[in-house]
Amino acid sequence: MLKIITKAEAGTLESGDIHIEIERNETPEVEIDLSSTVMKLYGRQITQVIRETLSELGIAGAIVTATDKGALDCTVRARVKTAVYRACQSSEYAW
Amino acid sequence: MKNPIGHEIPEQIANELGLGIYGVDKDPRVAEKDTTPLVEREYTNNKVVESIEEAIKMCGLKDGMTISFHHHFREGDQVLNQVMEVIARMGFKDLKVASSSLNSVHAPLIEHIKSGVVRKIETSGCRGHLADEISRGLMEKPVIFRSHGGRAAAIADGKLHIDIAFLGAPCSDTYGNASGVCLDEEMQAKVSECGSLGYAKVDAQYADKVVIVTDTIVEYPNAVQSIEGTLVTCVVKVDSIGDPSKISAGATRFTKNPRDLMIAESAAKVIINSGYFNNGMSIQTGTGGASLAVTRFLADTMKAKGITARFALGGITGQMVKLHEQGLIETLWDVQDFDTEAAASLRRNPGHHEVDGLLYATPFDRASILNQLDIVVLSALEIDVNFNVNVLTGSDGVIRGAIGGHPDTAKGADLTVIVTPLIRGRIPCVRDKVGTICTDGQYCDVLVTDVGIAVNPKRPEIKERLLAAGLKVYDINELKEMAEKVVGKPDALQFTEKIVGVVTAPDGTILDLIYGVVD
Repeated sequence: MLKIITKAEAGTLESGDIHIEIERNETPEVEIDLSSTVMKLYGRQITQVIRETLSELGIAGAIVTATDKGALDCTVRARVKTAVYRACQSSEYAW
Repeated sequence: MKNPIGHEIPEQIANELGLGIYGVDKDPRVAEKDTTPLVEREYTNNKVVESIEEAIKMCGLKDGMTISFHHHFREGDQVLNQVMEVIARMGFKDLKVASSSLNSVHAPLIEHIKSGVVRKIETSGCRGHLADEISRGLMEKPVIFRSHGGRAAAIADGKLHIDIAFLGAPCSDTYGNASGVCLDEEMQAKVSECGSLGYAKVDAQYADKVVIVTDTIVEYPNAVQSIEGTLVTCVVKVDSIGDPSKISAGATRFTKNPRDLMIAESAAKVIINSGYFNNGMSIQTGTGGASLAVTRFLADTMKAKGITARFALGGITGQMVKLHEQGLIETLWDVQDFDTEAAASLRRNPGHHEVDGLLYATPFDRASILNQLDIVVLSALEIDVNFNVNVLTGSDGVIRGAIGGHPDTAKGADLTVIVTPLIRGRIPCVRDKVGTICTDGQYCDVLVTDVGIAVNPKRPEIKERLLAAGLKVYDINELKEMAEKVVGKPDALQFTEKIVGVVTAPDGTILDLIYGVVD
């Protein structure tokens, strides 16, 4: 069972990447603050992918600050997962 | 009545013929005989005025008039901002600015629009902060976008009447014989050469008043001139008119991007096997890294097959100049230079000629050079499954480009090749519908992306030839789906109800509308 212990980040601000910062939310809700170079076209989808990825990992309470530079969905998933494992100080990767 | 020489000239015959009587009916434009030697006269009795302000007064600028500029310095232009600052200071209002194009450097126009100095804009394109603000509804009236050929034709037809043209010229003599290059070898190093003044020539020809704005006055005669002194009202010397090093910025850069080069190489293969790659052909490449780079990949095959081109047209680059100097392109027909090498070639090479916007691209005359064009390679921000191309608004709906000669040459050429990456960042470039139609898809024959080639169904014979040459050809819908598979289907953009831009076709009719963006 993953549990956020500390604030952690993953990804970069390079073109085609997304920078994810994640920290614990005291309430069991996911709050996402997204800025993206493709906000109008893909902002909704990126938010949805972040939510889905957190949900798959069983993370309920989290505050996510995401800075997107046009990352593909697979990149978004990878960065979110990495940030979560780092925040949970876990190396029990399920991949 | 006796004329001053003492011969009897009956008034009746003078009136009947409408000729007037010598020495009696004097035309104020005729100068008195000036016996000062040329070397003095060129400085004492000339068209030079002291300041931009004086030029504006002499030309009789009034509220509501149309003033024009050219964009031959692209991002390096310093003329428009200088002139507009003086006009604003003098308190004029409600002007129409008709520049051959606008770039990021023209952001100071925002303040002039807010303060009511500028009410209307006509241009080929718009970039940077000014474009952002226009997309967000800065102006009451929509910006009219015209292609280069469309603008020249509208000026010649009087549909775009220019009251005063302020034309930056790298050098001019004191009578307004003005050029984009400097033939005076002693002065060359000091001159900011932009090369061809092709777009400005049309303004000079048709504007009521013409102000040459220059930073370099050369000795009379500036004999090989873009703009003839007889078209010029006055000449103003300023400290600087432009930075030529910024001509080759952005859209006209020399690319090293491997994906651009891959697209260019692929486009060259399409051209070589299209049926139009023949001895005596003619070719043009538009702005954009991949488009301009196509030339590099044609040279070897031209040499191998003993093919030379009769002419290359349009925006000329250093790449084109190399082919010209190797004898592969006989004539360079130059309306605009995309880098300083091309500008220097215009001065140096006798086969490199300046052409004005009308001869280049008017849609109303079969003699316009683009109607003699075999091959054109053009970029796109987006292309739809019907081959309609957008070069004006970005994926977020914000204005960020220019129509340029895109629709003019697409229609003029026998073979129109559109080059674009399949995706840029996460943005798919092949779409169901493009944001803004700048060029009617029926004139775009082949699409070349980094992933694959598609041929317009209107040109089955080209598809056959490419297939026969062993090239793989996709249906454009397949390319669209490949893009969406990688990046996902984008959400639809939201717009306001306000029309911020009107896109005209080369014949001046409305092709599409640009609506305000929602943040």
